Amino acid sequence: MSKHSVSVTVNGTAHRSEVEARLLLVHYLRDELRLTGTHIGCDTTHCGACTVLLDGKPVKSCTLFAVQADGRSVSTVEGLELGGELHAVQKAFKEEHALQCGFCTPGMMMSAVALLERNPSPSELEIRQAISGNLCRCTGYVNIVKAIQHAAADMRATRHTPAYVPAQEPAQVSR
Amino acid sequence: MTMPHTSPEISGMGHSMKRKEDGRFIRGKGNFVDDVVLPDMLFMDIARSPFPHAKILKIDSSRALATPGVLAVITGRDLEKYNLHMMPTLMSDTQMVLPTDRVVYQSQEVAAVIATSRYAAADGVAAVDVEYDPLPPVVDPYKAIEKGSTLVRPDRKDTNHIWHWEAGDKAATDRVFSEADRTVSQHLYLPRIHVSSIETCGCVASYDKANEKLTVYMTTQAPHAVRTVVALVAGHVGLSEERIRIISPDIGGGFGGKVPVYPGYVIAIAVSFLLGKPVKWIEDRMENLQADSFARDYHIDAELAFKNDGTITGMRIKTLADHGCADAAANPSRFPAGLFSIATGSYDMAAAHIAVDAAYTNKPPGGVAYRCSFRVTEAVHTIERMADIAAHELNMDPAEFRLKNFIRPEQFPYQSATGWSYDSGNYKAALEMAMMKIGYWDLRREQEEKRARGELMGIGISSFTEAVGAGPSHTFDILGLKMFDSCEIRIHPTGKALARFGTKSQGQGHETTYAQIVAQELGIPAAHVQVEEGDTDTAPYGLGTYASRSTPTAGAAGAMAARKIRDKARKIAAYLLEASEDDLEWEPGKFHVRGSPDRAKTIQEIAFAAYTNHPQGMEAGLEATHYYDPPNLTFPFGSYIAVVDIDRGTGEVKVRRFVAVDDCGNVINPMIVDGQIHGGLTQGLAPALMEEIQYDEQGNIQGGSFMDYLLPTAMETPSWELDRTVTPSPHHPLGAKGVAESPTVGAPPAIANAVVDALWHLGVRHIDIPITPFKVWKILREAGVRD
Amino acid sequence: MIPSSFDYLAPATLGEAVNLLHEHAGDAKILAGGQSLIPMLKLRLAEPALLIDINRIPGLGYVDERDGSLRIGALARESDLETASVVRQRYQILNDTTAVIADPLVRNSATVCGNIAHGDPGNDHPATMLALEATFVAVGPRGERRIAARDFFLGLFSTALNEDEILEEIVVPRPTAPAAGAYLKLERKVGDYATAGVAVQLTLDASGGCARAGIGLTNVGAMAIEAVRAQDFLRNKPLDSPTIAQAAEIAAGEADPIEDRRGSADYKRDVVRVLTARAIRIAANRAAGANIATPLPFTYSPSQAALRS
Repeated sequence: MSKHSVSVTVNGTAHRSEVEARLLLVHYLRDELRLTGTHIGCDTTHCGACTVLLDGKPVKSCTLFAVQADGRSVSTVEGLELGGELHAVQKAFKEEHALQCGFCTPGMMMSAVALLERNPSPSELEIRQAISGNLCRCTGYVNIVKAIQHAAADMRATRHTPAYVPAQEPAQVSR
Repeated sequence: MTMPHTSPEISGMGHSMKRKEDGRFIRGKGNFVDDVVLPDMLFMDIARSPFPHAKILKIDSSRALATPGVLAVITGRDLEKYNLHMMPTLMSDTQMVLPTDRVVYQSQEVAAVIATSRYAAADGVAAVDVEYDPLPPVVDPYKAIEKGSTLVRPDRKDTNHIWHWEAGDKAATDRVFSEADRTVSQHLYLPRIHVSSIETCGCVASYDKANEKLTVYMTTQAPHAVRTVVALVAGHVGLSEERIRIISPDIGGGFGGKVPVYPGYVIAIAVSFLLGKPVKWIEDRMENLQADSFARDYHIDAELAFKNDGTITGMRIKTLADHGCADAAANPSRFPAGLFSIATGSYDMAAAHIAVDAAYTNKPPGGVAYRCSFRVTEAVHTIERMADIAAHELNMDPAEFRLKNFIRPEQFPYQSATGWSYDSGNYKAALEMAMMKIGYWDLRREQEEKRARGELMGIGISSFTEAVGAGPSHTFDILGLKMFDSCEIRIHPTGKALARFGTKSQGQGHETTYAQIVAQELGIPAAHVQVEEGDTDTAPYGLGTYASRSTPTAGAAGAMAARKIRDKARKIAAYLLEASEDDLEWEPGKFHVRGSPDRAKTIQEIAFAAYTNHPQGMEAGLEATHYYDPPNLTFPFGSYIAVVDIDRGTGEVKVRRFVAVDDCGNVINPMIVDGQIHGGLTQGLAPALMEEIQYDEQGNIQGGSFMDYLLPTAMETPSWELDRTVTPSPHHPLGAKGVAESPTVGAPPAIANAVVDALWHLGVRHIDIPITPFKVWKILREAGVRD
Repeated sequence: MIPSSFDYLAPATLGEAVNLLHEHAGDAKILAGGQSLIPMLKLRLAEPALLIDINRIPGLGYVDERDGSLRIGALARESDLETASVVRQRYQILNDTTAVIADPLVRNSATVCGNIAHGDPGNDHPATMLALEATFVAVGPRGERRIAARDFFLGLFSTALNEDEILEEIVVPRPTAPAAGAYLKLERKVGDYATAGVAVQLTLDASGGCARAGIGLTNVGAMAIEAVRAQDFLRNKPLDSPTIAQAAEIAAGEADPIEDRRGSADYKRDVVRVLTARAIRIAANRAAGANIATPLPFTYSPSQAALRS
């Protein structure tokens, strides 16, 4: 078993940890950093419950090792709220009833956030395509699509801070 | 029944209040079972059988025990010492917790590995060496019940036939059939499917030796029933019911799959009890799909009798139910086939007879609902397909056929030929609304034009009746526990409320809708009503959330408990206002003296007085508990119309439009009801077109991961178009009915009917779901249609 | 689902990676996008002793046109193809292909070269690369070698790549206008492997007929299949309906599928026929200048109620 020192910036905070090579990023976030908003729903890279942003791009953190995130930036659902202000996507998900059990919600929102960062005015089709790697079993997607449209309109109307914070040198060392 | 309208501040019934629970979920601060971490927690993982049927010759744990981090390997022999190797199912059958000598389905639990981490436990599982002697698997339920078939459960029976059950009047039905102008018959198969909530199942079992108390955090839809089951299974080792606390944390979707008690829970509890340490067990997706309870798996032979003018006179059904290796369905005990006998549906007919036989096979145990009220989906699919076949055979429009046969509004309460008493309905109104909304007759013209051009387009209707809200104690119980549900309300001195229920939300939004019920009845703003469920140490006893029963039972209990509080509040108000109780009038939030609206006391003032200035001789406080025993089920209904296009080349089916008109009586929160319908329709689309768990002839599961068990994404899911009619339930205190399962019940036959409608002119009268491109392609090519 | 233990090294240069791979040949796997490898590790279908992560090697993430060819570096992600303007302009078939690979999240990690090197008959790029007559550049301890796409795929999960070689670059010759392609895939849902997929790349002659055709088939054999007889048949033929239909029949005959949960062998062959005809039409129209977007799955098209609003 090989141990590796990694430094990962998660939601703007740098963490340095010793990890096993095989530790999946999702377990690193959930079990080591106790950021349990990122969920696990399948074994085969289909459900997207574990979606996080890696250097700003949405990826499935169950199909990525923590060592691969060394020196990189990870954004999770816990980082969406900034300075006590919910992200437009978070607000819209509540406003449009885009969640029921809430299990797929963090991953779904991360995909939505990434979409709106690169495409401020997505069509319905573009929204559906962007979330097609995230399974939801409760909502039938109707209100998720509406929420993303709603958030897009909000974000176009107001300036917003990007959810992605670039990787940093660890100022503080966790664990 | 109309309810008084409350202000937006109060947000009683009818308000689309935003959900109270969302705050934590959108922040990633939900508390799901895998988020629970306890000091010194150990991890459990399970080794499973690669064979569907085999003798276990030897389990060698030595390599596993030598794996770093592995502390113990538990086998059936270990549990047998404590008589914990077997457990009862909800249908009073038994199933193995861990096997002692034989496995009876592929992926059955064989040994549990306890380790200091998830990763070590997984390594341990890979190092458990088991020697098997494969036995012939029993896969086909028809062959299973033939004489001389290999026995799946020699410990239970000398046959694989589990039970036979009937409903309706056989003689009367046979008579109707012999006198009928016409009859149609059809074999239908409702395949094995799986609820696949995005969160799998799991638990953290924690036995505190010092306090002799077991706490189990568990993804269960029915925590109280689980507590009782655990006490019944493990009482003999000292786990008596007051020493057991089941906590359902946030649940990532249930849909019926989180009703049963699975072996993993029992093993984790046993290990924690023996070691005195918390044990976490979280299934992975393949375990969830391959070993947890399935739904459906009904082989149905149905017949419909009718007159030449299209009037239905009777229905006859024979069904073979494949229950796998144990009858572990989650049905009320008097209904081994669930509520399948609701199969006469929305139609008035003189006679019906339904017979169901159940078989053991070498497949996982189960027969849970997949978002439906105990086999109503199977029933609705049967009648709605048969109605379409009959209509087409008569060359009659399927809409007109339905309109002709609907139970009429004035016939309610309607006594069905199979013994149900429908509470209320107006089926014609719902279908006509759906037809208008979708432009039915225009679509029929479009279809005709397209057919002339060789294009394939179909229109399908489903006018379903659901039966939800189990149930009345005279008929409904699970393991003897009557299917009431409960609510306890406490009003705090400042007029805020805490309301606890015996149910458990898995996404239905109970924290919001229950608060709205209390708000409706007491005028306390819903924002000030905190709702709690799922902790057996604090919540009143209830049977849980499934079968769309929360609103019909616990919701009613909430209204009744609130009314008890209102009764006491009236006494306090009379005292405060120095008026006679009879002179007080209630409006949401306050009592005033009749004729003097200024002489009033708000519920908040009354609450304060209940703790500071209550009348002499009256108990202090403002609390009430109600256990609600519903007098009947509620019967929500609706009409759905699907329009499909079919690709002549590939056989792909596209649901172009889908209009759903639902009637669930009075609506508590329209936003939430619509959300439930969106989700339910998607879980109707999925089995109609995509989802199926099959077994090959050797009993190997096909579709045991999301590679082949196909859940629809946003791309496959159409944008649902909703509307509603409102026909209140006459017996529910709020006039409400359950709703969340109606769409899952109603959607599949609408889609199937649309596909068959598109292909009827090619000689097609039925296609079993899921209607895959391959199935459609075969039909097209056989009919000579080519792209 | 937890992988077994392995060692992990992240070399800084391609040379170093090749040396490591050579040193641990047979016991090491290259980790690039990881979207095929990591699920296999989690299911313990693969248990290599060492993972060599090439993601730290700079300069391999390119998608650009140089010396008359499109070049796709070892670390170019599927999503890089989606955003590269040169691909949209001249290699639309690659856009069609990448759009139906897995899902958008997977495409942010998955590499194009990994899709080729994995040798999975279900992967979509191999057929497209056959149609495009691409060349693969492999680097190993004995230096670089170039392998034509048609010589690369040898069988089920088997390629011409040696155990100690890394697929460094894909080279796609720049099509000489008027030329265009299309990739069509029948899948049961987003993220599924193809029931069948067909890649068609056409070069037109002055009269709008077929000067040259490249046709590749996905998931209808142990490996991606180049439909050579269909290609030959189309050469120097007018692209009229009977010709297209006949070419499609020929391509279907070149498929060698097996029955699985998607359907029977006959079905898959027929899907090849249907998709080939449709892909030829799209490619021909595109080559003639028509602006045809990446085809959408049949289950989702603008006629749906969703898009009426």
